[in-house]
Amino acid sequence: MSAPKPSVVAPADTGSNTGSLPGHRVRLGVTTPMRLDSGQELGPFTIAYQTYGTLNADRSNAVLICHALTGDHFVLDTHPITGKPGWWEMMVGPGKPVDTDRYFVICSNVIGGCMGSTGPAEIDPATGEPYGLNFPVITIADMVRAQTLLIDHLGIGQLFCVLGGSMGGMQVLEWASSYPERVFAAIPVASAARHSAQNIAFHEVGRQAIMADPDWCGGDYLRQGKRPHRGLAVARMAAHITYLSEPALHRKFGRNLQNRAQITYGFDADFQVESYLRHQGITFVERFDANSYLYITRAMDYFDLAADHDGVLANAFRHKGGSTPVRFCVASFTSDWLFPTPESRAVVHALNAVAANVSFVEIETDKGHDAFLLDEPEFHQVIRGFLEGCAEHRGLTARRRARSA
Amino acid sequence: MNGRAQRMTDADMSPLDDTSTRTADSARSGAGRPRDIRVDLRLIADMVDPGSRVLDVGCGDGALLDFLTHEKGVDGRGIELSMDGVHRCVKQGLSVIQGDAEADLKDYPADAFDYVILGQTLQAMREPKRVLEHMVRIGRHAIVSFPNFGYWRIRFQLLVHGRMPVTEQLGYQWWETPNIHLCTIADFVELCRVAGVTIERGVIVNRAGRVTGSGYGGLTNLLGEQAVFLLRRG
Repeated sequence: MSAPKPSVVAPADTGSNTGSLPGHRVRLGVTTPMRLDSGQELGPFTIAYQTYGTLNADRSNAVLICHALTGDHFVLDTHPITGKPGWWEMMVGPGKPVDTDRYFVICSNVIGGCMGSTGPAEIDPATGEPYGLNFPVITIADMVRAQTLLIDHLGIGQLFCVLGGSMGGMQVLEWASSYPERVFAAIPVASAARHSAQNIAFHEVGRQAIMADPDWCGGDYLRQGKRPHRGLAVARMAAHITYLSEPALHRKFGRNLQNRAQITYGFDADFQVESYLRHQGITFVERFDANSYLYITRAMDYFDLAADHDGVLANAFRHKGGSTPVRFCVASFTSDWLFPTPESRAVVHALNAVAANVSFVEIETDKGHDAFLLDEPEFHQVIRGFLEGCAEHRGLTARRRARSA
Repeated sequence: MNGRAQRMTDADMSPLDDTSTRTADSARSGAGRPRDIRVDLRLIADMVDPGSRVLDVGCGDGALLDFLTHEKGVDGRGIELSMDGVHRCVKQGLSVIQGDAEADLKDYPADAFDYVILGQTLQAMREPKRVLEHMVRIGRHAIVSFPNFGYWRIRFQLLVHGRMPVTEQLGYQWWETPNIHLCTIADFVELCRVAGVTIERGVIVNRAGRVTGSGYGGLTNLLGEQAVFLLRRG
C-alpha cells in the first residue's frame, strides 16, 4: 500500500521563495492552533516534508528522520538550491542501513526553519508581512509536537524508528521521552540531553555576528529588501569549525597556502583553511535565513531534558511506573568535541537507571561532529544491525528482493 | 556461612577427571536449533530460565547473549568494555552498551533483571566484591563463572617450577595479564560468605568439561578447572 496522499497546499508567497521547492507540504493546526512551550500559539502552520519508500499495510514500517540545525527534509533529493546530493544518502536509500526498500522514511523541515515549514521568513497571516522577530520562540519539544501532527496526518500511530544526529538527536530524545508509545526504536546520534554551556556560547557568537550586521535591520531585513549575509556567513564559519576536529582540519589543510607560493603579509585568505571557511560562509547564506538561524539555535540552547523532569534525566525515560518501552541505540564519535561522548554516555546511564533496552557505541574517527553525515562504515553497519534486530522484534518482514530480475 | 562446602566430603567426588557420568553436554537444553557455544557458557545458559530478563556483564562478542536470545527467548542486554566486541554485538542486533562494568553497574535499579551474568571476568575486576554485590542487587540471581586457581595443574606449575602459572585458560605472563584477582573455588565461597551472598547452586567442571562434583572444597577445588555459581543476595 502506498502512503496516504498528502494534502498539498498552494505555494505561499513568501519572502524566502520556498513555495516553489519540491516535496510535500501540509497545513496543520488549522482547527486548533498548536500550543508552544512559550505559551504562545501557532496555527495554522505549514510543514514541508519528504517521504521515501512505501508505507506497509499495517503502517508499522515508518521511520522518521530528524534533521540537524541547518539541515532540511531533502534527505535523498538533490538539493533544490545548492544542487548537492541529499544530506544522508550514505545512511538512507535502497539497500542502505535505513533501507527505503523496507521502510517508509519521512523527514520534515522543522518549524522555525526556512525550507518550506513555517518560520520567521514566512508570511504571518495576521499581518500579511514576514514574521521576522514576531515569530514565536520555539523549542525542540515544539518541533516534535509539530512532527506528531504530521504523523497523525499521515495516519501513522507508532513510528518504527526515529533517528537523527546533533539537533536531530535532541528531537529523537524528545520523541522517546514524550511519546514513548509512538516510538518503537530511537537512535540519537552525536547528540545530548541538554545543550552545554560551551555550545550555548558558540551559538551566542553566531547570533551576535548576525545581529551585528547592519543589514539585519533589527530582524526586519526582508521587509527592507536586505539580507544580513556577512553576519550569517561569519556565524556559519564559526559554527563550521565546531563541526570538525583539529586532526581533520590538519589532515585536510594543514598550513597549506591557497593558490600562492608564500604568505602575502596581508589579510587576504592566504591559508587554504581560510579560503575553505569563507566558501562555507558564502554558500550557506544562499540557502539559509538569518532569523531562522537565530530561532533554531535558541531552540537547541533551551533544550534540557532533565530540567523538564525534576532535574533527573532518568525520569525522562520512566513510563507508567516502569521503564520506557522504546529500544535505544545511542552513538557518538571519538573526535566530536561539540557533542562529546560523555554527553551520550549520560543518556545511556539515565536509560540504565530505568533498565531500558539500550545499545551504545562510540565510533573511532577523526572527522569530528560531522562524522554522522560522512562515510563511516562501522557506524553504518552498527545502525543496520540495530535496525534489523528491532525489525525482528517488531515483526517486520525481511527486506524485499530487488525488483529487477 | 554456606554449609554445603563443609558437609561435602571428598568421598562424594570422583577423584579422576573422566569418570563422572554427568557431562555439560548431557545437561544441555535441547530446545531449538543447536548452537555451538563454549562449555562454560553452556553451563551458564543451563542455569537461566527461558523468557527471563538477563544482563550479561562483559558479554564479549555476544555469543552467550545470542544463544540465550535465540534458544531461551530471554530479553537480553550486555555491557562490554571493548569497542570491537560492542560493535560485533550491536551489528547482530543484540542490545549492548560500551562501558566499564565497575563504573556502570551502579546505575541500574535493584531487581532490574532476573539474572546478571559475569562469565570469566570476575578475576579481571578491580573490585570483585563490589561487582558481586551490585550483581545480586540488580538481579534476582547472579551467575558467576571463573577459572579455578586451585586447579591441580596450576598448583603444580607453581610448586614444581616456582613460576607464575600459564595455562590454556590463563594464557598470560604475569606482567601482562588482565587477571589481577584470581581466586580458587574455596576463595570464592569465602567471598560469598563475607559479601552476604547465598550460593544456590555451583557446578565445577574439569578440563574435559565434565562435572567433577558438587562440593566446593578439598578435591573439587583441586580437580575443578572452572566453576559456575548461581547466586542470590541474602
